[in-house]
Amino acid sequence: MSIETTELTTPGTPPAPSNVAPKVHQRRRQRGSRVAGIALRTPFWVLTGALALIFLYPLIWTGVSSFAPLAGTNQTNGWGFGNYETLLDYQAGIWQYALNSTIVSVLTVAFTLIISLLGGYAFARFRFPGRNILFLVTLAILMVPYATLLIPLYVLLNAIGLSNSLLGVALVLTMLQLPFSTFMMRLSFEAVPRELDEAAQVDGASTWGVLWKVLLPAVKPGVITVGLFAFLAAWNDFLAPLILINDTNLLTLPLAVSNLRGQVQGVVDYGATQAGVVVLALPCVLLFLILQRHYVRGFMSGAFKG
Amino acid sequence: MTALSVRAAKRARKPRSRAVTGWLYAAPTAAIVIGFFVLPLLLVFQMSGSDWPLLAGNQGLNLPENYTEAVSNRFFWDSIVFTAKYTVITTVILLGLALGLALIVQESTRWNGFLRIAILVPSALGLASASLLFYVLYSPFAGPFAGLMDSLGFTFLGTPDGALWSTVFLIVWRFAGFYMLLMLVGLQGISDDVYEAARMDGASRLRIFKDITLPLLRPTIAFTTVLCVTGSLLAFEQFYILTKGGPDNSTITVVQLIYSVAFQGQNDLGVAAALSVIVLAALIVINIVQIRGFSRKAED
Repeated sequence: MSIETTELTTPGTPPAPSNVAPKVHQRRRQRGSRVAGIALRTPFWVLTGALALIFLYPLIWTGVSSFAPLAGTNQTNGWGFGNYETLLDYQAGIWQYALNSTIVSVLTVAFTLIISLLGGYAFARFRFPGRNILFLVTLAILMVPYATLLIPLYVLLNAIGLSNSLLGVALVLTMLQLPFSTFMMRLSFEAVPRELDEAAQVDGASTWGVLWKVLLPAVKPGVITVGLFAFLAAWNDFLAPLILINDTNLLTLPLAVSNLRGQVQGVVDYGATQAGVVVLALPCVLLFLILQRHYVRGFMSGAFKG
Repeated sequence: MTALSVRAAKRARKPRSRAVTGWLYAAPTAAIVIGFFVLPLLLVFQMSGSDWPLLAGNQGLNLPENYTEAVSNRFFWDSIVFTAKYTVITTVILLGLALGLALIVQESTRWNGFLRIAILVPSALGLASASLLFYVLYSPFAGPFAGLMDSLGFTFLGTPDGALWSTVFLIVWRFAGFYMLLMLVGLQGISDDVYEAARMDGASRLRIFKDITLPLLRPTIAFTTVLCVTGSLLAFEQFYILTKGGPDNSTITVVQLIYSVAFQGQNDLGVAAALSVIVLAALIVINIVQIRGFSRKAED
């Protein structure tokens, strides 16, 4: 863990521009060479355009062909929603699985936000015995393989009656989010000047009041980043529900779509799988495009991971 | 309300009660960390030394046997060799490409902004979704390359090498943007003055890259390497979904082996826990070696 964290952008600094724009190397372009510049740049545009296409093509292709006719799917004649109809009829129905995924995601986001908000506040503003050890142990979660934890968690959750439950999955996913979110919230709180809470305390506010009325607005960008990452992790997680959930009615979307492939006498319904991928990916891609700035910032301050 | 707050403020001035308040705020974190991380970690050590069938639970001590059984599993060495091979290939390609991409899109122009987003969009997908997407894309029946594969007489996932490289492509597609972003953050940390000075001295672009960019980027490269190696060593979803360990069990990773020992057929949590402990130990050693290696190079 000798990775330098000192250079990290702290959450308190003004939000980084959505493009992680490294300082533009200011090049003085002479006006005369502009035409030559365009001529020189054309291969660059063609090359990088092709690059962009490689990254976008699989997504676009999946989106388009989920509506396209294909033998062996529910959409054999012309274009339409046949593959999505397959999803509706698949076992408990796509709505049930989407609901399960939503429950897991909402619970995980809520737990992660509450716990890391309170924890980050504690680590940033209070001195108490065991503070450093607790913080280090929280970060140590990153060093332990996921699979190493899931085997004993399977046994532990069974013992306390949380096996085969969406709540159990959400708690496990919350634990996995804690290193990033606690670190992020601690940085966010530390970036707020202490004078702010001291002034409020002189005015008679309790620590609880300071947290909600004074600090929460100041750390809002950190909260959004932590929430976004918790949502994406929970919505997409595959391994925890694979191991912890047995009941087919409680499966989450990634598992349901993955299981769907082998349903009809071993013949894979590729069309329905594509429709499933669209349902899985669409919320994530939309969230990414809307909250790009927070996404990028999360990566930047998440750069301690490992 | 106000009376309460005033009292709280007075209380807050005393260090001891302030420590108690701090503990109260940290208590939920402590509860989750202890209950869902520390306890399971202790339990996995106990399980690795116990006879522990999936359904029957703890059947008492089984100490050397779990570990000898884990090591003598017929896929143990194969999975280690395959995981190591996959890790090296993925890390080299992914980090090389990410650095190249970062250098390309570094300058802030509108076109580069578009490029960055295009490269980053796949990072928004979950690994399972991305694997399912490529499962169809690589399919010899439904994929866009079905005709090509048919006329050339091969399939992407049909041979061990094909399956490996197809998975590497999926992972590079999914993670290139993520690592590019980390490289960009690192590049951003290099001051413009250094470049300016080098250019004044008449250094070529290649010289600047070799003698300035790379050495100053070392912390970023060290960090991304550790991250990428760790992630690749623990690969699971991509192989579970895309290749199912095939063809001919040629693409079984270590984590897949743990999963199959625990939940598919053998149902032996004790041996699976022993494998998990071995993986944990190996990972710690590998990361220490990497970090040492990088910091030693920095001293030279």
